[in-house]
Amino acid sequence: MSIRLQEVCKAFGPKQVLKGFSLEVRDGETLAIVGPSGSGKSVLLKHVAGLLRPDSGSILVDAYSVPDLGRKELIQLRRRIGYVFQFAALFDSMTVAENVGMGLRRMPGWDAQRIAARVAECLALVDLNGLADRYPAQLSGGQRKRAGLARAIAPSPKFLLYDEPTTGLDPVTTTVIDRLVLRMSDELGVTGLVVTHDMTSAYRVADRITLLHDGRARFTGTPDEVRTAGDEVLRGFVEGNPDLYFGSRRR
Amino acid sequence: MAELLLRPFAAIGNLTLAGLESMGRAWRMFSSAAVSMRSTDVWMPLLAAQMARVGVASVPIALFIATFTGIVMALQASYSLTGAIPSYFVGTLVGKTMILELGPVLTGLVLAGRVGANISAELGTMRVTEQVDALETLAYDPLAYLVVPRMLAGILMFPVVVLLAISIGIAAGWFTALQLLDMSSVEFVKGLRIYFAPWDVWFAVIKSLSFGAIVTGAGCYCGLQTEGGAEGVGRSTTRAVVAACMIILCLDAFWAAVLL
Repeated sequence: MSIRLQEVCKAFGPKQVLKGFSLEVRDGETLAIVGPSGSGKSVLLKHVAGLLRPDSGSILVDAYSVPDLGRKELIQLRRRIGYVFQFAALFDSMTVAENVGMGLRRMPGWDAQRIAARVAECLALVDLNGLADRYPAQLSGGQRKRAGLARAIAPSPKFLLYDEPTTGLDPVTTTVIDRLVLRMSDELGVTGLVVTHDMTSAYRVADRITLLHDGRARFTGTPDEVRTAGDEVLRGFVEGNPDLYFGSRRR
Repeated sequence: MAELLLRPFAAIGNLTLAGLESMGRAWRMFSSAAVSMRSTDVWMPLLAAQMARVGVASVPIALFIATFTGIVMALQASYSLTGAIPSYFVGTLVGKTMILELGPVLTGLVLAGRVGANISAELGTMRVTEQVDALETLAYDPLAYLVVPRMLAGILMFPVVVLLAISIGIAAGWFTALQLLDMSSVEFVKGLRIYFAPWDVWFAVIKSLSFGAIVTGAGCYCGLQTEGGAEGVGRSTTRAVVAACMIILCLDAFWAAVLL
């Protein structure tokens, strides 16, 4: 297993967000974690990248125990992880090209020429060729997401973590981003972990889908298994039926 | 009833705990930032730009304040020193107060507003828009990239700005003495030199070094602790400026007691 979470618990003050979440992501697959807003999906992703520490439980990425890593080892591991942020998190004061090249500057043996070539390659991969000199404020929402994706893939990571990659985008741009996620998996062979509440996107990009409900993994299966599952909570979420989704919790 | 009586004590207790917690967090951040200084390849390329932002860009406002302080000092000294006190003491008063107190402290307070607020707002915005997290995921140490160059720039540039402000303040006082107080240059310079001690300048430099560390450190700490959206950025910016101003005044008293 390339990513494995076991019994991960996390609380912020009195609010228990994760209550023993367990999950395994296989090498080369794209797994989508779905769940309503505020259910702890982004918190989960930040644990995988080592941005948050769990209160208890274990997180293994490429056999490394993320919470136990020292500063240097964590930096080494992060070179193998690309993170696509919900609102892109591009550096405002830098151009798109500088943003994309940011991670490469920290890699040993990369000179300016090699970085420029890789930046151009990544921007071409996400169809942003002509926008290298623009600043983030001059980009549309979809272009920002694509620039964020280009920045994440520039250091050729083994894992890509996507935090709500299609939130706030129109249906056409959503499809464009979904195709890019698929392309990353097919062409670059990366292992993907996608956090989303958009079921259409999840069906399109994921090999398997996990529903995060009440701090735990409620259901994990292929898109076809999700479509035919009889679990009430899953049905409630997929169909957007609050009576079904919240009904089970009330009972 | 008993609960009502205990409420003020509980509030004091909570405030004390919050203050101690904040101090602990700040101590942890600054000690980690000291360790991050080893990553010279990260912060060194950013230092010159930060020195320009923190120091060079602050020169106009610092000189503006110093000019008018020098003018007012000369006029008020002349008004106060009447009768038996010779007029050349105007130069003494302007020189001593500009070097020992007004130059460093006024500049420090003004830069707490300009530099401290700027740093806090910038880092706070980076925090709430996940740019700080993005730095970490790109294998950067945020302390080495954001905190170290800003604090070093403050420590290195504040003394330069303060010395410039002191010089301009004294020059403005001198010009005022010549133009408005019917004093000669010889008289003003005599007053300036009569009680001048080179240690005074070192005292001003030491004070401004510490003010530079406090202003940039408060900006970095409050900025990186920001939570919430735009409102959170506003809160942390205000906190940075208020904290820096208060610590500057406490440090001012501390240095006077220890070094003079």
